[in-house]
Amino acid sequence: MKAVRLIYKKEMNAYFNGAVAYITLIIFLLINGWFFTSSFFLVGLSDLRILFDSVSMVYIFFIPAITMGAISRENHSGTMEFLATLPIQEFHIVLGKFFSAVALIGIGLFFTLPHFITLLIVGTSPDISAIITGYVGLLLVGAMYASIGIFGSAVSNNQITSFLISFLIIFALYLFDKILIFVPSFLSGILQYLSTGYHFSNLSRGVIDSRNLVYLLSVIVFFLTLSVRVLQIRKWR
Amino acid sequence: MITVDHLTKYYGHIKAVDDISFHIKDGEILGFLGPNGAGKSTTLRIITSYLMPTSGNIYINDMNILDDSLDIRKNIGYLPENNPLYSEMNVYDFLKFSASIRGIEGEAFEKRLKEVIELCGLYGVIHNQIGKLSKGYRQRTGLAQSIFHNPEILILDEPTAGLDPNQIVEIRSLIKQLGKEKTVIISSHILQEIQATADRMVIINKGKIAADGTIDDLMSGFKGCTRLHLEIEGADSFDALKEIHENVNLVQVEPKKNSTSIVLEYPNTLDLRKDVFQLIVKKGWTLLEMNRYQTSLEDLFRILTMEEGGEV
Repeated sequence: MKAVRLIYKKEMNAYFNGAVAYITLIIFLLINGWFFTSSFFLVGLSDLRILFDSVSMVYIFFIPAITMGAISRENHSGTMEFLATLPIQEFHIVLGKFFSAVALIGIGLFFTLPHFITLLIVGTSPDISAIITGYVGLLLVGAMYASIGIFGSAVSNNQITSFLISFLIIFALYLFDKILIFVPSFLSGILQYLSTGYHFSNLSRGVIDSRNLVYLLSVIVFFLTLSVRVLQIRKWR
Repeated sequence: MITVDHLTKYYGHIKAVDDISFHIKDGEILGFLGPNGAGKSTTLRIITSYLMPTSGNIYINDMNILDDSLDIRKNIGYLPENNPLYSEMNVYDFLKFSASIRGIEGEAFEKRLKEVIELCGLYGVIHNQIGKLSKGYRQRTGLAQSIFHNPEILILDEPTAGLDPNQIVEIRSLIKQLGKEKTVIISSHILQEIQATADRMVIINKGKIAADGTIDDLMSGFKGCTRLHLEIEGADSFDALKEIHENVNLVQVEPKKNSTSIVLEYPNTLDLRKDVFQLIVKKGWTLLEMNRYQTSLEDLFRILTMEEGGEV
C-alpha cells in the first residue's frame, strides 16, 4: 500500500500545484453556496437537505472535472510509460488516483461546513446525527462518482472525452429515479435500484441502510476494477 | 544475460516487431539501431514490461517478462523516448517519488541523491521545477531517475535526442561511464550515437533484425567499394586506368577547363592508389588531386535499412 500512498501524495501535490483544484473547488463552493443561501431562509427547515441536493447535482460536473486528467493526462503526456515501468501494479496507480480524488471531494465538502454552522446558529434543534449521516452519504456518492471518473479517464487519452464519458455515466445514474414514470413497470424497480438518488435520499435523511451501502461500494469496486483492467489490457493491445 | 526470444508484437493489424531474437551479455553496451518506426522502442517497451508481446518472451537471468514482470522492473532503469517527466514537480520531488516507490528512502535516499547529482551534473537545479528546465537538464533528470536505484540493466531510448552537441558529448560520456558496471541498451536512429557508445550493435528494420555484431564484424563482412577521385591534367584517353586491374570501373569522366575529373571504383579489398599514381607518372600526366572514399558504416546502415532483406 506504500505505492498507493506515494501516488496519492503525488496526485494531491499535482492538484494543488496547479490551478485545477482551486478553480474547481471555488466553483463548487460558489454554486452550492448560492443554492443553499437562496433557498435556506425561504424554506425555513432546520436541516441541510437543500445543500445535500445541490451538492449531489453539482457533483455531476465537479467530479468528472477533477478526475478527467487522472489517467488520460498520464497517457497523453507519456508519463504513464514512466509510471507503468516502475515496480508497481496497475491497482496501485488506480487506487492512488482514486483516493486523491476522494480527498479533494472531502476538502470540497469540508468547506461547506459554514452552512452547517449557519444552521446551528439560526436553526431550531437540527438533527445533528442525520446531518453527519448526510455528509457521509455525500462522501460515499462522491467516491462512487470518482470511481466512474477514474474509469472515464482510463479509457481515453483525451481529457474532454474522459470528462464526457464520466459525465454521461454519472448523469444517467442520477437521472434513473427521475424518469421512472416513463419506463415500463418491470424496469422501474431495476432503474430505481441503479439510481444514485434513490440510495442517497435515505442517507441524506439520516437513515443508514445496508442496501444503500452495498450499492455504493459495489459500484465503486466495479468501476475501479474496470479501470485496472483497462490499464492491464493496454499492455496487450 | 538478456535473451530476446522470437519476439513478435502487433498493434492491431500492424506488425511492429517480427519474430526477433538476440542475446545481450552482462556488462555489454548494446546499440539498438534502426530508422524511425523500425520497432526499436516497441522492443524496449516490451523489455521494460510497458507492453506485452503478442508472442515470444524475454528472459532476464532466471526470470521472464510474462511471469516476473514486477521483479524484472526492479532491476531495470529506463529512460523512455521523449523523456516524459512531471513538469509540475521539481527535480528533488520527482527523484524522491521514483526512489520511494523503489524503496529508497531516508538516509539511503539522501546519500544516493548526492552521488546521482554528481554523476548527472544536476548541481544548482535540484529544486527547480522540471517544466522550466532546459532540454539538457530535463534529459539529465530522466537519466538520474533511471540510474537512481543502481539497476543492473539500463535501457535508454534515444537519450540524446534534441540535445545540443556539447550536451550530446556529455551524455555519451556518462553512458560510457555507466556501461563499465551495467548492462546498457541504447537505442538510436543515429549511427554516430551508437558508434560512439556501444560495444555491439543490433540493426533493426521493419521489425526484423537486419544485422547483429560488433562494428568491425559488420564492416568486415560487408562487401563495400572504394571510390578514387582524381583530377588529371594533360591526358587525352583514360582507358589505361581501366587496365590497372580487372575490377576497376571508370564511373565518371568529366572534362574541365584545363583538366579532367575522374572517378574510379574498385572493391574495398584492393588498394590501387600506388598503381594509379605510377601509371600517371609513366604516362607523363599531371596529378592535381587524389581522394579516396571508402564505403562507410553509414552506407552499410543505409543499405540495410533501405532494402528489405539486405545482406551483410
